[in-house]
Amino acid sequence: MADMQRPLSPHIQVYRWQVQMVSSILHRATGIALSVGSLVVVGGLLALAAGEEQFGCFKTVAGNPLGLVLLFGWSWSLFYHLCNGIRHLLQDAGAGYEIVQFVRSSWLSATGSIVLTVLVWAYVLMAGGAA
Amino acid sequence: MNAKSDVVKDRRHPLKAARGLGSAKSGVDHWWVQRVTAAALVALGIWFVILVLGLLHADYAAARAAVARPWNALLLIAFVLTMFWHAVLGLQVVVEDYVHTRWKEVLLLVAIKFLAVLGALASVLAVLRIALTP
Repeated sequence: MADMQRPLSPHIQVYRWQVQMVSSILHRATGIALSVGSLVVVGGLLALAAGEEQFGCFKTVAGNPLGLVLLFGWSWSLFYHLCNGIRHLLQDAGAGYEIVQFVRSSWLSATGSIVLTVLVWAYVLMAGGAA
Repeated sequence: MNAKSDVVKDRRHPLKAARGLGSAKSGVDHWWVQRVTAAALVALGIWFVILVLGLLHADYAAARAAVARPWNALLLIAFVLTMFWHAVLGLQVVVEDYVHTRWKEVLLLVAIKFLAVLGALASVLAVLRIALTP
């Protein structure tokens, strides 16, 4: 295809890794993961509407080890996308464009997402386990 | 002479056709809706996590009753619609960036839209069934 003949701009393999670029890549990756996770929300609601048996089945699937690993991943994705999303909204408003601020806010999104994930799962464990 | 008559033909400034629409011909609509849904999802997302955590040990009847509560049903529908709208806009950019064969790109974009509309409608229907069935 003619489209494919055009030169492409340099991609990630030519750059030195730095936190600003990781935060951007993670925002996309978690966004894609959350889009897939949205289907779980649909599944949960459909199961709840369908009846007790179906909802029990949904809880069993969500509560098995693989389900819990996926839920853990989705919860971190949600909190990362949330923290970094707020960061992007602030940047869209024109704030935090100094390189130092940019680096600091990248770390802040990452740290915030981990703290929120740990808090939520600590609550789940204290409440007596998931599902 | 010729040049002059060409200029007089259309008195509107060429900028008139371009202003606000840009090279993509769709203006800032995509960008703006992505931000508005993002802002809504900050609130709705936090609310959703709290709702789910509150239902950790709820049995079937309690979970159903919680979703059936008017405010919860309303916010759940708002959350699901905003979530799918935001997801479609985000995935669209990803596909446009990385899929370089035109027919595959269009196919994926349409497939994502179909799936998102189905998911959103199914969720709304489920919440309504729960909320409106006594």
